[in-house]
Amino acid sequence: MSHYALTRRYFLGSTTLAFLFGGATGAGAKTITGQQPWMAFAANPPTPELGNGLLFFIPSEFATIDAIVARLIPADDLGPGAKEAGCATFIDRRLAGSFGTFQRFYMQPPFANGTPQQGPQSANIPHVIYRTGLAALDAYSRATYAGKAFTALELAQQDAVLQAMEKGEAKFAGAVSAQQFFAMLLQNTREGFFADPLYGGNRDMIGWKLVGFPGARYDYRDHVSKHNQPYPLPPVSIFGRPDWQMKG
Amino acid sequence: MARKLPSRDVVIIGLGWTGAILANELTDAGLDVVAIERGPWRDTAESFNVGYAPDELRFAVRLDLFLRPAQETLTFRNNLNQTALPIRQFGSFLPGDGVGGAGVHWNGQNWRYHPTDFRLRSHLIERYGASAIGDLTIQDWGVTYDELEPFFDRFEKIAGISGKAGNLKGAIQPGGNPFEGSRSDDYPLPPMQMTYAPTLFAEAARSVGYHPFPTPSANASGAYTNPLGLTMGPCTFCGFCERFGCANYSKASPQVNVLPVLMRKRNFEARTECEVLKINLDGSGKRATGVTYVDTAGQEWEQPGDLVICCAFSLFNVRMLLLSGIGKPYDPSTNEGVVGRNYSYQTNSSVQMFFDNKTFNPFIASGALGQSADDFNGDNFDHTGLGFIGGAGMNCIPTNGRPILTRPVPPGTPNWGSAWKKATKESYNSAFSITSQGSSYTTRGNYIDLDPTYKDRFGRPLMRMTFDFPENDIRMSAFVNDKLATVAKAMGPRQIVANKTGTPYSVVPYQSTHNVGGAIMGADPKTSVLNKYLQSWDVPNVFVMGASAYPQNAGYNPTGTVGALAYWAAHAIRTQYLKNPGPMVQA
Repeated sequence: MSHYALTRRYFLGSTTLAFLFGGATGAGAKTITGQQPWMAFAANPPTPELGNGLLFFIPSEFATIDAIVARLIPADDLGPGAKEAGCATFIDRRLAGSFGTFQRFYMQPPFANGTPQQGPQSANIPHVIYRTGLAALDAYSRATYAGKAFTALELAQQDAVLQAMEKGEAKFAGAVSAQQFFAMLLQNTREGFFADPLYGGNRDMIGWKLVGFPGARYDYRDHVSKHNQPYPLPPVSIFGRPDWQMKG
Repeated sequence: MARKLPSRDVVIIGLGWTGAILANELTDAGLDVVAIERGPWRDTAESFNVGYAPDELRFAVRLDLFLRPAQETLTFRNNLNQTALPIRQFGSFLPGDGVGGAGVHWNGQNWRYHPTDFRLRSHLIERYGASAIGDLTIQDWGVTYDELEPFFDRFEKIAGISGKAGNLKGAIQPGGNPFEGSRSDDYPLPPMQMTYAPTLFAEAARSVGYHPFPTPSANASGAYTNPLGLTMGPCTFCGFCERFGCANYSKASPQVNVLPVLMRKRNFEARTECEVLKINLDGSGKRATGVTYVDTAGQEWEQPGDLVICCAFSLFNVRMLLLSGIGKPYDPSTNEGVVGRNYSYQTNSSVQMFFDNKTFNPFIASGALGQSADDFNGDNFDHTGLGFIGGAGMNCIPTNGRPILTRPVPPGTPNWGSAWKKATKESYNSAFSITSQGSSYTTRGNYIDLDPTYKDRFGRPLMRMTFDFPENDIRMSAFVNDKLATVAKAMGPRQIVANKTGTPYSVVPYQSTHNVGGAIMGADPKTSVLNKYLQSWDVPNVFVMGASAYPQNAGYNPTGTVGALAYWAAHAIRTQYLKNPGPMVQA
């Protein structure tokens, strides 16, 4: 029937990708017809974050984070740990980016306490969790250990503080609980230990070497049928391997 | 104030699998089609670029390709007595975003639901009597497996599925799934090469009397050209499959298997980064006049159209109907209304195994590479006296060894310190899990409606999910998981850890993105939103694709049946509706 006859309403002519309706002020949509809007060199690769300096922490905060990650994943007879892997730098960079404000998450009020099954309901963004948590940790450490900052404690004392935080036995003043702070510290430390080195952690692929993960190789067709045999190649990151870099 | 655009024959909401399929079929029929997609344009070269695709933090942890809850989320409660609160970070399920939708980030496990799944209520009453159903609200789909069979076949050929037929025209085939429905043809590609863990699983399952077969996979086992002339390359077992786009053109997706043909058509247009606010109805409320959407600059547009096809992710199809006033909203207190009724999920349990002196290389993997056994799925076994109905597939599909999220350690291991480090190192290469993916049957109290408190960024109410696992499903899952544990024991691990699903359901740990129902199909407008052709009973020029049409869920991944239903509906529109627009089934 004519009602459904093919109609030719191509008001954009042969344009393949255009902002919708050229005359409309501020129109923000893209309309695509005739072919795929693929453009050379338009891919969106990440930027390696390997520079020095701090983007979020102040030096005393960074030193505390560095001491914490060294206890969460310690250097031991199995190899280097989270401090050597640069996890504190990784966390600093993540806090300076979109993760630091929970930009992707639904953060509209009202905030109410729910059941554990309803998921996180805190209004605290990572900036607040770290900054407030670090201040409360410092106060807790000094109150518990005769005025000593966390970084000045014996390693066994540091472990005791972290255990008390994990179990919720350490009471932190303010809006951020010790458990909330600890959970985020542990999550971010593990991320920094195992994420691609381009994000500032997993330096020299320390985390991947520990477990035997080959990283970004992306093609295992030559090994898929070699059952129960170790994979022979060392790990590679999205940006290659340190030994591929030019020596100074 | 919305600005009005020229009318189109067809307006499609969402450009994932079903949007791409419907658009391609209806443009072939000569119609002028516009698809309106709220997320960005995505293609393999730019968005799943091989240079940086293998990035666990970006894609699997920060969920770069997924819907941001800041844009849209839902509220959740376990039961009617609780106050729902927003899911602020997605966890239990992960809705997709952008062109390709869930067809970008899926694993590629591609199943046909069992013939008895489509007439579940009738079948169970015939076999066990009405008492077996109890207070579950399960029902028939209104469409049969035999009606859908040609369209299952069509989708498998479009998507280049790798597998082995178990039932070819009624004849059981060695090496395939002997429980599957009769197939008109084998899979278009042979099964994938097997890694070590699924090979062990298959041997063990056979040794205890079960019938394992290669999981039907949308990760191509070899080079393939589909009926549209589009090509796939062989899967490289990269281990960055689910939650990622495929950089090798190996995992079936709208981008690989449909869009390159569709996008060349002059009678098709995609409008990206445009969010549909509602489907507009005329004064009678019986006819849709088009949609209103908003672009990224905040400008509202009215796009008129003769036919409106909802092709969003299943949950968001339900919300679109609720926001548009199409169909009567379901009310659990009166048990009346249909939109939001019969929401269901997937009931999964697992068995984890720790071995000595084995090297599994978990990073050599793909999203659908593995072995499955259907001995305890659906009604493949006698339920007499068991105290439940339904079943689960037993699956060994180890999908990855990405170490931020995949680091099995034995129970009792501390969360940090040298003991954690040691256990992590020891178990990484010598442990894996097998899973039971179970049916999810519906109850009167599990449903979707609009939340009274929380809004989206446009001020529209969020949808509210009320859900908990029914006791029937908990019993089912425990039963099948015990069977799974016998397979695990036959593999001879040092340690076995069974993880059985229990109540209350939690939205925090990842379980499955198989959210189904809420806009269900059926034979009776009093208990369904759509007729057997996925056409709205109330507004016949609105069709709703996707797993929102499932009256309840079976023990399978939903996409294969979503694809078949899309081709089935497209065929009905082309051969029946266009000749005589109006209801295709009389209420």
